[in-house]
Amino acid sequence: MKLSIKEVEHVAELARLELADVEKERFTHQLSNILTHIDKLNQLDTGNVEPTSHVLPIKNTFRDDVNKELFSEGNSLDNAPDKDKGYYKVPKIIEEA
Amino acid sequence: MELYKLTIHELKEKLKRGEISAKELTLEFIKRIERVDKDIHSFITLTKDESLKQAENADNKIKAGKDLPLLGIPLAIKDLICIKGVRTTCGSKILSNYVPPYDATVIKKMREGGAIFLGKLNMDEFAMGSSTETSHFGVTRNPWNLDVIPGGSSGGSAASVSADECAGSLGSDTGGSIRQPASMCGITGLKPTYGRVSRFGLVAFASSLDQIGPMTKDVTDTAILMNVISGRDTLDSTSADVPVPDFTKSLLNNVKGLKIGIPKEYFVEGMDGDVEKSVRDAVELFKKLGAEIKEVSLPHTDYAVSAYYVIAPAEASSNLARYDGVKYGYRTDNSKNLLSMYKKTREEGFGAEVKRRIMLGTYTLSSGYYDAYYLKAQKVRTLIKKDFDDAFKNCDILITPTAPTPAFKIGEKFDNPIQMYLSDIFTISVNLAGVPAISIPCGFSKDGLPIGLQIIGRHFDEETIIRAAYTFERNTDYHQKKPKIRK
Repeated sequence: MKLSIKEVEHVAELARLELADVEKERFTHQLSNILTHIDKLNQLDTGNVEPTSHVLPIKNTFRDDVNKELFSEGNSLDNAPDKDKGYYKVPKIIEEA
Repeated sequence: MELYKLTIHELKEKLKRGEISAKELTLEFIKRIERVDKDIHSFITLTKDESLKQAENADNKIKAGKDLPLLGIPLAIKDLICIKGVRTTCGSKILSNYVPPYDATVIKKMREGGAIFLGKLNMDEFAMGSSTETSHFGVTRNPWNLDVIPGGSSGGSAASVSADECAGSLGSDTGGSIRQPASMCGITGLKPTYGRVSRFGLVAFASSLDQIGPMTKDVTDTAILMNVISGRDTLDSTSADVPVPDFTKSLLNNVKGLKIGIPKEYFVEGMDGDVEKSVRDAVELFKKLGAEIKEVSLPHTDYAVSAYYVIAPAEASSNLARYDGVKYGYRTDNSKNLLSMYKKTREEGFGAEVKRRIMLGTYTLSSGYYDAYYLKAQKVRTLIKKDFDDAFKNCDILITPTAPTPAFKIGEKFDNPIQMYLSDIFTISVNLAGVPAISIPCGFSKDGLPIGLQIIGRHFDEETIIRAAYTFERNTDYHQKKPKIRK
């Protein structure tokens, strides 16, 4: 599987990574090689095979819906890069017209 | 007597008999770390004051006659397991300032078991790597030879135990990250069955594969740590509700009648000669001790690395979406708006290998490719799991090499992702199948580097693995060899 620079740019956009030009080139080459290696999977006929997302026979696990305080509001905000009056603060979302 | 060289069970005896105090012991380890860690670099963070406080606390409990499984034992923790109030970086710039407000479940259990925490151990960034070279905090060196890698991703956990900088450690294993470094540093490392140990408080890499496990100086210590950390946890819905046995009851020097399978696909041409010889010799020893040896086949072995490098990066790309500079961790200081803040934070905060895997995972999950890659890999995962189910119909454990080669030179595979990925070729299938496996020392290369033996068991049958590993240990002395740390 050979990737183009355009595809790499698209994937970087989806992954929210602002790649430098040298990284785009390097990843185009490296990811193409890795995907070629992965293409080996197509040698196997998996027509009648069910997928495994999880190895244990656990289906759903439930607990009582009881409210428990794991961390206080202060604890939760301790690691915030920017905060104000008990809220996380981020750069402006809505651009001016 | 150099106390830091002793095992957990030997130290426990000395503490219990009052020959040493937990504080003296903790100071011994701190001195040892100060002496050797500038060469090895196992630690990212040392918590000296905190560990001395914990030691005093332990001494009080010992004086009061308390007997807890880890009381007064100084241990160290891979830096992706949260300890309340102690910086947890995951080896990444993006978490370089993160201080968790809670303990991981394994830490809570170890605290209750009386353990002392010396600090946090180096690792490949987000556990993505096989050499501990991708850490934002610099490489860790192998105590057996400072020019070679310690393995990875739990390289700090393996090196610290091998260099006697702690009595034992915890690592995590997604595709071999406990076993491969244990093998390369000449120590014992167990990846438990998926679901045996709670993942609450473990920074997630690939959630369907990750598992925490002990890294120790011998098999007895592994059993002791497993007794403490195992069990169902309501905070991790994938932890299994199965009974936890007393693993120390499996420390039996007896493999008579045990059926051991040797998967033929693991002994391929091109394999390192020293590794093959050591593992073949180990098999002969088991035979001599009364085990029944048979060749088995795991026919889909050749596809495991490909399936893994679809599934693990896909899960990682989703798990790592949370690092966006909003709630915790690093945030860029040059952004115009929210979108550019996300993109620049992630670009500046992640290293090359992590970005490569996020890109790979995002690609294989993206519209139009999901069936061709992710679904296909999950189907191949079913076939790999079935290989193990079939093999375990006729044998109790499987024996293989842990890694295809001894530890390689620092820098040797750094720019070649596929070569690096192939160094986990013997460990990856185990994670895909969810079965437990241990690596124990079984020899040395001509260059004096350790070689590891992998013993794989059935789901939730760590007991048989421990019994076989203990028997091997009682009949060999590889686990007692210590590196001469030199420049």
